[in-house]
Amino acid sequence: MATKPSDLSEVDLIQQGAEARVYSGHFAGEPCIIKERFKKTYRHPTLEERLTQRRIQQEAKALLRCRKAGIAVPSVYFIDSTNNCIYLEKIEPSLTVREFIQQLPLPYSDEDNNKLYAIALKIGSVLASLHNTDTIHGDLTTSNMLLKFPHDAFELYLIDFGLSQVSQLHEDKGVDLYVLEKAFLSTHPKTEHVFEEILKSYQKNNKKAVEVLKKLDEVRLRGRKRVMVG
Amino acid sequence: MPTVIGFEGSANKLGIGIIRDGEVLANPRHTYITPPGQGFLPRDTAKHHQEHALDVLKQCMKEANLTPQDIDCVCYTKGPGMGAPLVSTAVVARTIAQLWGVPIIGVNHCIGHIEMGRLITKAENPVVLYVSGGNTQVIAYSQRRYRIFGETIDIAVGNCLDRFARILKLSNDPSPGYNIEQAAKKGNILIDLPYVVKGMDVSFSGILSYIEDVAHKKLKSGECTPEDLCFSLQETIFAMLVEITERAMAHCGSQEVLIVGGVGCNVRLQEMMGAMAKERNAKLFATDMRFCIDNGAMIAQAGWEMFTSGQTTPWDETWCTQRYRTDEVEVTWRD
Repeated sequence: MATKPSDLSEVDLIQQGAEARVYSGHFAGEPCIIKERFKKTYRHPTLEERLTQRRIQQEAKALLRCRKAGIAVPSVYFIDSTNNCIYLEKIEPSLTVREFIQQLPLPYSDEDNNKLYAIALKIGSVLASLHNTDTIHGDLTTSNMLLKFPHDAFELYLIDFGLSQVSQLHEDKGVDLYVLEKAFLSTHPKTEHVFEEILKSYQKNNKKAVEVLKKLDEVRLRGRKRVMVG
Repeated sequence: MPTVIGFEGSANKLGIGIIRDGEVLANPRHTYITPPGQGFLPRDTAKHHQEHALDVLKQCMKEANLTPQDIDCVCYTKGPGMGAPLVSTAVVARTIAQLWGVPIIGVNHCIGHIEMGRLITKAENPVVLYVSGGNTQVIAYSQRRYRIFGETIDIAVGNCLDRFARILKLSNDPSPGYNIEQAAKKGNILIDLPYVVKGMDVSFSGILSYIEDVAHKKLKSGECTPEDLCFSLQETIFAMLVEITERAMAHCGSQEVLIVGGVGCNVRLQEMMGAMAKERNAKLFATDMRFCIDNGAMIAQAGWEMFTSGQTTPWDETWCTQRYRTDEVEVTWRD
């Protein structure tokens, strides 16, 4: 069954991202997602090989680690390291948190704000559990979070662990949140109040939240050319 | 058809340029070059600008074949940059504006690079990679701001290159980055360096300390040449930059990419960006040394846009600031 996507006719390309082509297909009769990390011609071949192999491994390891800890992520079905493909459980029907937020019209009604707060609560607690296991996602954005249908149940899956690493450092966890903060606020204007809720929920559920959030403050100030007062 | 003069002096280049309706009439520049192994310090750089400002100004007016009566507006770099050099240049701009009796505009240096890049390449709405000695940002325009999607979380890419050139004692003439680029052409062993991408952000400080350590050890034992190190450094850090730019393009759904800033004239970086753009069916826009490297015309061009959209800077606000983020400026000249 593990044929490379290029000669499997039942496989449909559903998305081409910056890093990978994502196909929809079947693995041992189960619907699955096939994520192919395609070659980047701009990179030196040695560097390309090293990065691609490392990222596939990191992704598989992190997904396994999360599953063991009871964090909702797709299961890994198969890794085809010759063709740089990873076969994953298909979370369906689902949509990304980004799509969910973007379908809400601005300005947000009270009802929509309540939905946003509910998502924020969930995101915060999922990230808290993730960091409790010392897993750093490395590329947290609202495109990398899936909401399984029915969306009101707010069952949240984390995906795209290619840049993940294992680390106990508060610094790494702080940067992880910083990456999300920037992606969140640049993608969804006027949602500062929602991001605040994410951090509050993170604080409630993470053992080391005080230290991590302190680091987050430090990393924010480190951003270049920021206006500083005092 | 306003004619605008721009003064740039935020780092070690002093540049004065004149723009009239998208045409560069003159754009002379004088660079403060330090001996190998040394960087430029604020005080000495300021002194350099003070010494050369009037000569460069005279040269600029002569090349453009204009008299003070022809100038409609004076622009200067308000920030970001080094304090003393910024102030030295601003003093000249303020004096000239008052002598010639024309309005003055303080320009954000990064916006200068972006607007000059757009003017020269005719790119419409590109994702911009702005890479220089003091800045590393991936920028896209949305709702009246140039928004920063990715950036360095510590030192700038050009700073990493400059400091590495100092370790190898490469010449700073015409620039450290240029000499690294030439040396890299002769390198062929790829040394494993840290590759640090965090979402759409990058980090270079760890690579610098790592390669410093490697340089001392491996050069001594003869395992690699300085050229191999230049090659490995360029291949690694440029791949990181292209990667975050591509991620921003995917994120914004953009089909254009523009490289600006001093590091942007590196041909290898342009090649790599071109290969990425081709794979995505996108278009690459880049400029050469005249406009990539800090210059006066870019300040004049951004100032021209501000001036024609009705902006000028009140006298009591014509100060300078070392910290001035790209996304602080409201873009009044684009929809």
